[in-house]
Amino acid sequence: MSDIALRMEHIYKKFRKGEIYNSLRDLLPAMTGKMFRGQELNANDKREFWALQDISFEVKRGEALGLIGRNGAGKSTALKILSRIMKPTKGRMIVNGRLSALIEVTAGFHPDLTGMENIFLHGTILGMTKREIQSKLDQIIAFSGIEEFIDTPVKRYSSGMYARLGFSVAAHVDPEVLVVDEVLSVGDYVFQQRCMERIRAVIKAGTTVLFVSHNLKSVTEICKRTMLLDHGKVVTIDETDAVIRKYLNAGNPAATPDEKKPVYISSVKVRDRAGEQSTFESGHTAWVDIEVTAREATDKLAVVIWFADETQYIIFHTSTERLGFAPVSLQSGGTYRCTFELSLNIAHGTFHLFTEIYRYDIQKSYDRYEPVTTIFVGSTTAVGGAVNCFPRLIESETVAPSPHSCEV
Amino acid sequence: MKEELQELYRYRELLYMITYRDIKVRYKQSIMGFFWAILMPILIVMSGIVVRYAYAMVAHTPLQTADIASVAIKAVPWAFIVSSIRFTCNSLTGNRELVVKIYFPKEIFPMAAVLACLFDFFVAFATLSIFLVFMKIGWSIYLLWVPVLLASMVLFCVGIGMIVSAASLFFRDVKYIVEVFLTFGIFFTPVFYDVRMFGDRGKWLMLNPVAPLLDGLSACIAHRESPDVHWYLYSLIFSLVAFLGGFFLFKHLEPAFAESI
Repeated sequence: MSDIALRMEHIYKKFRKGEIYNSLRDLLPAMTGKMFRGQELNANDKREFWALQDISFEVKRGEALGLIGRNGAGKSTALKILSRIMKPTKGRMIVNGRLSALIEVTAGFHPDLTGMENIFLHGTILGMTKREIQSKLDQIIAFSGIEEFIDTPVKRYSSGMYARLGFSVAAHVDPEVLVVDEVLSVGDYVFQQRCMERIRAVIKAGTTVLFVSHNLKSVTEICKRTMLLDHGKVVTIDETDAVIRKYLNAGNPAATPDEKKPVYISSVKVRDRAGEQSTFESGHTAWVDIEVTAREATDKLAVVIWFADETQYIIFHTSTERLGFAPVSLQSGGTYRCTFELSLNIAHGTFHLFTEIYRYDIQKSYDRYEPVTTIFVGSTTAVGGAVNCFPRLIESETVAPSPHSCEV
Repeated sequence: MKEELQELYRYRELLYMITYRDIKVRYKQSIMGFFWAILMPILIVMSGIVVRYAYAMVAHTPLQTADIASVAIKAVPWAFIVSSIRFTCNSLTGNRELVVKIYFPKEIFPMAAVLACLFDFFVAFATLSIFLVFMKIGWSIYLLWVPVLLASMVLFCVGIGMIVSAASLFFRDVKYIVEVFLTFGIFFTPVFYDVRMFGDRGKWLMLNPVAPLLDGLSACIAHRESPDVHWYLYSLIFSLVAFLGGFFLFKHLEPAFAESI
């Protein structure tokens, strides 16, 4: 058996944009038009575009490969080709072993059936046999955590319960190759953690995993190697941290002046000592330079900045006014510059920086960029969560039970 | 083709589960479900009796029990054919999520739709048998033909079903065309009438591949005689061609389903 679990060789996929003939009523006149007037039936040739171009990569048995990229980069198309839902226009692909996709974990559910019935239905759709499902039934139900509603039709479930049950079934397929796409966005925090643990366990058990996510933090947690896609092409395949750095550096959109606003943020730069930067070490210092330009005279302005994590939870915010600076008044055509110095005592992860021009006394927002830039914080200390408290273990001791307490 | 059939065989449990789903959802309220299964057959049988009564009036002959039985025996399978083709037509477009998101042999959808209708058919046919017993239509050796004829009919429906389901995925107006055929098909199919009424010209009506099957069922149940074997073979070949052709076409188009639906 070869040690390659997954391989794509020069895969191309072409799509057609816009409306294609999807009814005979449109197609037949178009065809007769072509026959009698020599009209081109495929007048929409120009509307073709390549969703994937020359994608080649391989994943070794037992390896976890991350796949990141902006919306429309071709991640989902690549997954659909891998899971054989779509056929590539060109190219060759090899999948060794049973492939299962955690793509849409509730696609197989029927709302009128009970949780139990849906476990069997969805399980068979995902390629399990009835006997297999029967043997894992208790695990599946326990994992979903909805024992008491298992005989209720799933249409009465909350969306979280729905997704949990779907994931539980999908997570018990035991494939040789597992493709995961954005499933972790469902359920509450505890459930997400459980999903991550399950995926880690699956990797530990030797399953090959292809992990697609916008959540860069979970990609770093799960995958050693990551592939970056952009506009249907492979940008790079490398160590996850390096790829994420590249991804973030490439993608920070420049602040564009908006013509309608009386005052706007004309520039935002995040830098370290050396210059503009988007990756930082936890605990280091970052400077944020902000420039505000006024088109019309405006009074009492403050500049607000905040960080939000992957889940859009705001972990930190401050403003010029909060830091004790008097509100700024600008004349027409005037500019204002400020620099924030920040100690990045935040944990390993990806954080979005937001900026806003705000007037406190009338609570008016003039301009806002969300997120103006994204930074990636690396950490040498293994800490989880949002902040880095720079822990040190200063005492560690095991206490043997005293002989008296044993007799009680 | 062989590989594809093997794959279908590997997924047989899924075929069973999807069929089960389709039936279960329809019979969720068991009384309504049962009612649904016999509603269309009852309506067709009743209209058949009206038509037959009109024939008898015109011909000045009394209405025979065997004629009523024959109409009923042909009407119930006809209802099966109509409903299974109607359901297969929407079987892919109605399961969009699964077509787009998960890989498995998609011919399972039209097949499951036919099987779910077959279940309805058995419910209706069981109900009909009770009436047939009251009408004193008894056993005969020719009843052995019934499963053979039904198998042909299922083969035919699955074949046509695969074609119309794939076609309506690509062209949304196919279902209206199919609906027109299903509505007016009854006039070109010997359900209310017998091909024998047309004398020699009856053979033209038998060219309809469904005709020999319905006629055969009526012959072996109501008239206790063997169906016309030659016409049956014609129909069987037609069904086989529909099935194999439909399967081939379906498999050929399947890779484009996810992006065209």
